[in-house]
Amino acid sequence: MTEDVIDRLAGLPAGSPLHAIRAQRPQARDNAQASYLALFQPEHPGDVSLAERNAVAAFVAGLHGEAEIAAFYASGLDDAEIMAAEAVRAATRGPYGRFPAGPLSAEDVEGPLYRASPGVPAKLAAGLEHAHALVFHPRDVGVADLQKLLDAGWSTTGIVTLSQLVSFLSFQIRVVVGLRALAEAA
Amino acid sequence: MTEATLAYPGHTDPNAFTRAELDWLPWLAPLPAEELTDRHWAGLVDAARAKSPYFMLLARDPDILGARTRTDKDIFYNTAGGLPRAERELAATAASRFNGCIYCASVHARFASHHSKRTEDVDRLLADGVGADLGARWNAIVAASVALSATPVAFGAEHVAALRAAGLDELQIADVIHSAAFFNWANRLMLSLGVPELPAGGG
Repeated sequence: MTEDVIDRLAGLPAGSPLHAIRAQRPQARDNAQASYLALFQPEHPGDVSLAERNAVAAFVAGLHGEAEIAAFYASGLDDAEIMAAEAVRAATRGPYGRFPAGPLSAEDVEGPLYRASPGVPAKLAAGLEHAHALVFHPRDVGVADLQKLLDAGWSTTGIVTLSQLVSFLSFQIRVVVGLRALAEAA
Repeated sequence: MTEATLAYPGHTDPNAFTRAELDWLPWLAPLPAEELTDRHWAGLVDAARAKSPYFMLLARDPDILGARTRTDKDIFYNTAGGLPRAERELAATAASRFNGCIYCASVHARFASHHSKRTEDVDRLLADGVGADLGARWNAIVAASVALSATPVAFGAEHVAALRAAGLDELQIADVIHSAAFFNWANRLMLSLGVPELPAGGG
């Protein structure tokens, strides 16, 4: 049995009040962990390598400004320093983006478009660029962005895995930060 | 053949938040029904989801889909001793409104409205955005959900204090955190893998 990653990253040891709170939602706790395992220790890695998964995760955590979580995903990664540097260069504030033209256009917020550094291999670069859009301006993502991933060597199933991975991290990081804030405010 | 995007000529995106039922069109090919193995059925969790293009697209990676679905169900349906369903749906709607997911907001605004009977307040959230004044308790839940949805995450001690002042205990605050956090997962999939559509004849 592996250590619960949210407990570890949020600092909720057995016996702490929020560890007991989480125990009241055992399906949510166990399946958040099962989601982590499905993405980062997959039985069937399929079209996305473990190195690609961890590189994107380290980048995504870095985009959130969560150094400790980024370090967790970067441990053992050959390109850890590159991912950290990319995240520093790419970090901004979200969500921004455009709505379909109409009454919501008044709420459109412009923001930067990230392009990976030339040294990053093409498939991973496309993955990082997509991850950046998902993290900061998901409402801008269109069918052309999926075509770019296909063109860069991502399969349809690989795009599903990449999308789940970035979206799962958007959840996991928020649970960690939220529970940590709740524990500190006790 | 599956390594291509799907096009919908003449499609018009819904351009306003609504409680109406929307359809959703995938930009990548869902798994064909004849390719479903036992592992895919396990990932779908509910067999009825094999009728949904969204879940059939996600079923291409069934292990994460299954774990995600079980996480979702406990966060929203397990209300034992905790936050009422209506306020979990409020958190989901607020996150979706803030992130700009018109499809997710439509589904969870309907649930929030149904479970709370506060349809006018839900409609105000959709129309006016996350700054709408919905009364102290709902304002605290919406503000917490928005702060959690920001990147970098902006949720902190002041949000915990406001939720406590509104009468929420630790378990209920943890429920708010999980509900809003989960929609940061759901919104990103819905926004990036396909597009909503007004059903034919609807509007």
